[in-house]
Amino acid sequence: MVSETVISLRGVVALLGRFPALARLDLDVDAGEIVLVRGPNGAGKSTLLRVCAGLVPVDSGNARVLGHDLRADRRVIRRSVGYLGHDTGLYADLTVRDNVRFWARATGASGADADAAMVRLDLDTRLADIIVARLSAGQRRRVGLAVLLAQRPKVWLLDEPHAALDENGRDVLDEVLRQAAAGGAAVLVASHDHGRAEQLAHRSVSLAGGHVHSVREPGGTGVFGG
Amino acid sequence: MADGTFVNDAALVAAKDLRLELRSRVAVSQVVPFAVLLLVIFGFALDGDQTTLQRLTSGLYWVAVLFAAVLIVQRAFAVESDDGVRDALRLAGMRPASVFVGKAGAIFVQLIVLEVLLGVGVAVFFGTTLTGWGLLIASAVVAAAGISAAGTLYGVLTAGLRVKESLLPMLLLPVLAPVLIGATRAMGAALGDVAVDGWSWFNFLAIFALIYVALGLFAFGPLLEES
Amino acid sequence: MTDTTTNPPGAGMGAPTRSGDDPRNTASKGTRVFGILSLIGIGWLVALGLGLSPDDQTQGDLVRLMYVHVPSAWLAYLSFGVTAMGSIMYLWKRSEWWDLVAASSAEIGVLFTGLALVTGMIWGRPTWGSYWEWGDARLVTTLVLFLMFLGYLAVRRIPADTHVRSRRSAIVALIAVVDIPLVHFSVKWWRTLHQEATVLSSDFDPKIDDLMLFTLMVGLVVFTLVYVWFMLHRFRVAWLEEQLLDHSLADAIEARRAEAVGTGATT
Repeated sequence: MVSETVISLRGVVALLGRFPALARLDLDVDAGEIVLVRGPNGAGKSTLLRVCAGLVPVDSGNARVLGHDLRADRRVIRRSVGYLGHDTGLYADLTVRDNVRFWARATGASGADADAAMVRLDLDTRLADIIVARLSAGQRRRVGLAVLLAQRPKVWLLDEPHAALDENGRDVLDEVLRQAAAGGAAVLVASHDHGRAEQLAHRSVSLAGGHVHSVREPGGTGVFGG
Repeated sequence: MADGTFVNDAALVAAKDLRLELRSRVAVSQVVPFAVLLLVIFGFALDGDQTTLQRLTSGLYWVAVLFAAVLIVQRAFAVESDDGVRDALRLAGMRPASVFVGKAGAIFVQLIVLEVLLGVGVAVFFGTTLTGWGLLIASAVVAAAGISAAGTLYGVLTAGLRVKESLLPMLLLPVLAPVLIGATRAMGAALGDVAVDGWSWFNFLAIFALIYVALGLFAFGPLLEES
Repeated sequence: MTDTTTNPPGAGMGAPTRSGDDPRNTASKGTRVFGILSLIGIGWLVALGLGLSPDDQTQGDLVRLMYVHVPSAWLAYLSFGVTAMGSIMYLWKRSEWWDLVAASSAEIGVLFTGLALVTGMIWGRPTWGSYWEWGDARLVTTLVLFLMFLGYLAVRRIPADTHVRSRRSAIVALIAVVDIPLVHFSVKWWRTLHQEATVLSSDFDPKIDDLMLFTLMVGLVVFTLVYVWFMLHRFRVAWLEEQLLDHSLADAIEARRAEAVGTGATT
């Protein structure tokens, strides 16, 4: 597989208010790669994902996603990335189907993509016409994942995706991510759940104090960049 | 690539908001009864005197519309501030101007429905005879457009803030003072209560709406972005 | 915001980085000059306004209120204009400097707008027979302006990132700028299309004596000096606050990176 760098961060500083949540962080993620981001609470994992999604501005440093400069073309980047944070970004008063269809179309996917994603995540039957406010946290996460799947992003950014999911949900998630990576997407997963996420990842980076503290590449699982 | 046209995105957002209303029925089950309740309260406060109420119909009607409009705007942006929706909206990559048109459009539709129901309300509770239909309808439509445009701007500004309940009316109502004056005059003229040229007030309301739509197209993006 | 931002355009407004100024103090040569001029001017205005200038033939001593009311109203609109300009410049240049100009001016503006309203009402009571007259478009517009200033300041008080706050409040100011002419026009038209406005159109232009006109001019100049004086101080307070918070991003980054040591964050 051709190693094409999808995310490239050099000396990136990102501020939350006046606090440097990312302090000169360097990271590369290649196409087809699944990278696990680890680290204690407050290490900057969530901020890293939000910076890559174009949600938190880069204060200084060089940051490129899919070849676009994060400081200049945030809008272009935003619609090519799929981001699933702690909050799922769903309208509580709309049904599962309404939500998946709306967000799929809002991100430029078709209604058919939305329906296919719902089938894939087993949302097309019992849950489809239930409003999101009635769902459990795990079910909401499934819906959030369905939105991402429909969108088919080139970059997946997931913050603690395994949290709240049941075993079956986790299996589906892992499979979806493996397929995305096999299809050339770059996947960045922040997780506490090392066991599960480590099996999935080709490489893991450890964050502390807002920068990459150490990198580990478990025996020959995958493709490597920097 | 998410590159729907401007109109498609706006229609998508508006349809989503109207569907949300159909599912949750907040406007129908809370805002409309509140607006009608205001008419009833005016009746109590003004001694239940039909002559007075009829004379003051246009003013009372528009006060009720404005207060209810504040609630509609608040609701329209409460849904955008739950659970990471704002992030999702920013990530979707739709043009902010089309999101503005979609949000304002859905508010506009709800306001029109509210105006019709309140029209029935004043006819029933105040015994007002509605006349001058052309002017009445035209001015109600442009006033609703102005209210939705200005309301959408302030709605996104206050969305998600802890002080939104008090801040939104405090910001919005002074800005809407010209709409209140204009719409009241135009309606008064239509009902024959005041001898003024109602159509020039219609023009004034139309100018207000145009200005605030233009401002919204420009300013909605920066407000959606980081607040 | 980085530590390289915001060189004061034109180096005006007494940005406290200039040499020779005590950085812990908001006073400078400029503020002292304006302060002394303001105080002398106020003394002079009091003498002229309360002593030397004549009574009005019809309004009597009441006319003396004009020497405070008209300059306050002038400052209300001047400060509103400066806030508007600062906001537009902020949206264009994205420099916090302009945002602080807008904010400082709004705070002073709300004070003088209040003063203009109160003096207008006190004047209105004996003249119109009531404190408030809805037919006076200027008075009503000034009230709406006052409410918008309050709204603007309320928006500024919401805790947020500096640039979020700046952008938000700049847009609020922009909305208000666009609205004020509409308010003025609608109130004027509202009442003139009615009937009773003719009596009121003569409110502040009685046959003005030369000395009265002179006093009024002195009032305008003195109030403008006071405005500049207040602005310099208020702006510098705001500026120093920003500097304090912004002090050293470089240190903050080092401190942040150092968190990695001793957290046991080995692999």
